[in-house]
Amino acid sequence: MTALETAQQLRAKFDGLISEPSEFRGEITLRVSDAERMPDICRVAKTELGFDYLVDITSLDNYGDDPRFTIVYHLYGYGHLCHLRLKTDVSEEKGELPTVTGVWRTADWHEREIYDMMGVRFRGHPDLRRILMWEGYPYFPLRKDFPLAGKPSDVPEVAFTNPAPLEGGPFVTIAGGKDTVAREPRVRIPETD
Amino acid sequence: MTELREIQLPDAAAQASSAENARELRGEKMVLNMGPSHPATHGVLRIVLELDGEIITKARPEIGYLHRGDEKIAENMTYTQFIPYTDRLDYLAPLANNVAYALAVEKLMGIDQQLPPRCQYIRVICCELARLSSHLLGVGCYAMDCGALTVFLHTFTEREKIYNLCESLTGARFTTAYTRIGGLSRDLPPGWVDQCRKFLKEVVVNIAETETFLTRNRIFMDRTQGVGVIPKEVAIDYGLTGPNLRGSGVEHDLRKAQPYLVYSQLKFDVPVGLAGDCYDRYLVRMEEMRQSVRILHQCLDQLPGGPVNVPDGKVALPPKDRVLTRMEELIHHFINVTQGVNAPPGEIYFGHENPKGELGFYINSKGGGTPHRLKIRSPSFVNLSILSHLLPGQMLSDVVAILGSFDFVMGECDR
Repeated sequence: MTALETAQQLRAKFDGLISEPSEFRGEITLRVSDAERMPDICRVAKTELGFDYLVDITSLDNYGDDPRFTIVYHLYGYGHLCHLRLKTDVSEEKGELPTVTGVWRTADWHEREIYDMMGVRFRGHPDLRRILMWEGYPYFPLRKDFPLAGKPSDVPEVAFTNPAPLEGGPFVTIAGGKDTVAREPRVRIPETD
Repeated sequence: MTELREIQLPDAAAQASSAENARELRGEKMVLNMGPSHPATHGVLRIVLELDGEIITKARPEIGYLHRGDEKIAENMTYTQFIPYTDRLDYLAPLANNVAYALAVEKLMGIDQQLPPRCQYIRVICCELARLSSHLLGVGCYAMDCGALTVFLHTFTEREKIYNLCESLTGARFTTAYTRIGGLSRDLPPGWVDQCRKFLKEVVVNIAETETFLTRNRIFMDRTQGVGVIPKEVAIDYGLTGPNLRGSGVEHDLRKAQPYLVYSQLKFDVPVGLAGDCYDRYLVRMEEMRQSVRILHQCLDQLPGGPVNVPDGKVALPPKDRVLTRMEELIHHFINVTQGVNAPPGEIYFGHENPKGELGFYINSKGGGTPHRLKIRSPSFVNLSILSHLLPGQMLSDVVAILGSFDFVMGECDR
């Protein structure tokens, strides 16, 4: 069984909900139009199509586009050794989708990390706390409108942050362009502009 | 006439057996804070343990003390500039991280099949040296956690030789940054192959001696057998990878399942455990070291000649002497350094069999020299998530044995 065949089978089970599979560098990606159905789709993928190993869940910030967030699931099956990627969109206003911790328990920490870094909440998650940052930290650092240098924050008696001196960074350079700080919108703090 | 009299039992144990006293003796549960700075947590892991006597009733791992925002940093620099940051993920096997990251970017660019054979062989050598180095440390520290200090000093002698090999290969002992997109920063130095062969002869003796210290050691076996048992289904459900997964009896190794570089042409076995306890995870690591030595011997024997970089000046930097004398190479060099390699729009995931498990890079590109999003799927992060399931019910003193058997690194867990 190839990854494309499993993708077609999954698509047939959820007619109209899953897009035509797209292939890039030999990897199959399916887009799911309704994030609310993710747990159902994942359960079928696990129990009927043999995707018993959830490799990773991650998030994208399509800053400036709507819907703003994309959640990316990487599935793998130890039986057929196929890899499958599922993507679904979450709008900024809604900012939440149901958890898949009921399907794979490894989703627990991945979802906590997405909540911590991107601010997308997972409904029904057993313990949705920050994981890398501390409780009470007010920002979501992997969002594109969060500056690379960081923002000042203070949780009394827990931790504080100050913006980092970037010394002319961020470090991406284009010959002949503006200087790096002026060119890079993410380094500026939007409120002060 | 018989008289009934109530007598008081002097024995404390007998007293405890009555229901009323038992409630009193059970007392309150105690919360114990282990870490973030504790010799057995191998870095800055903190576990909040709730104890009922010596039995753990609840465990809550707290991570993030080493969080440096590597994924955010990656979005703000070119692909090549991020290579030194990969050294700091699993800092016990930096060479393997370098190779994994370079292969991920090359997969995105579609040049992973065009790598010159010499480059592929040298990368395999790097990966296996990193595996030896990581497992030597893992086994040494594990023995130390279980009370055998000698093994630690014994395996570290051998790791020192690997560091010397790294130094002559890359110029750095620890932070190697050896790979480049489409190749390597330099070829093998003269005499390196012979040094490596000499090292392999010595390391097999060391591994055999380490084995005599531990494998049939009564104390070590009592400490690790039947402790921290992870059944196969639970290991898969929690997404464990690497020796921790294979210790639970799942025969899965990305070098066999999704062969990259020249692994499909090399002969090696994938060891698996039976019981899924700490002892099996230790045994898997010991056997993997022997298999790494086997792979290294094959690579050194078959090592082909030729270039180590892809011949495309738009990907790998041209040779310096040509940059200094020729117009086209100078332009390639300039564009490559200032703007980075020109990756196409698209997204890829590449999983690499690192010493600790599956190190994966998910790259989402909108084209150009920088990634739009780079996600690092680190094995230690996922492996540690099982702790809150595994620790309850275990003895407090076994926490050290279980943590050691996972062989995690907080550098890649927190990123």
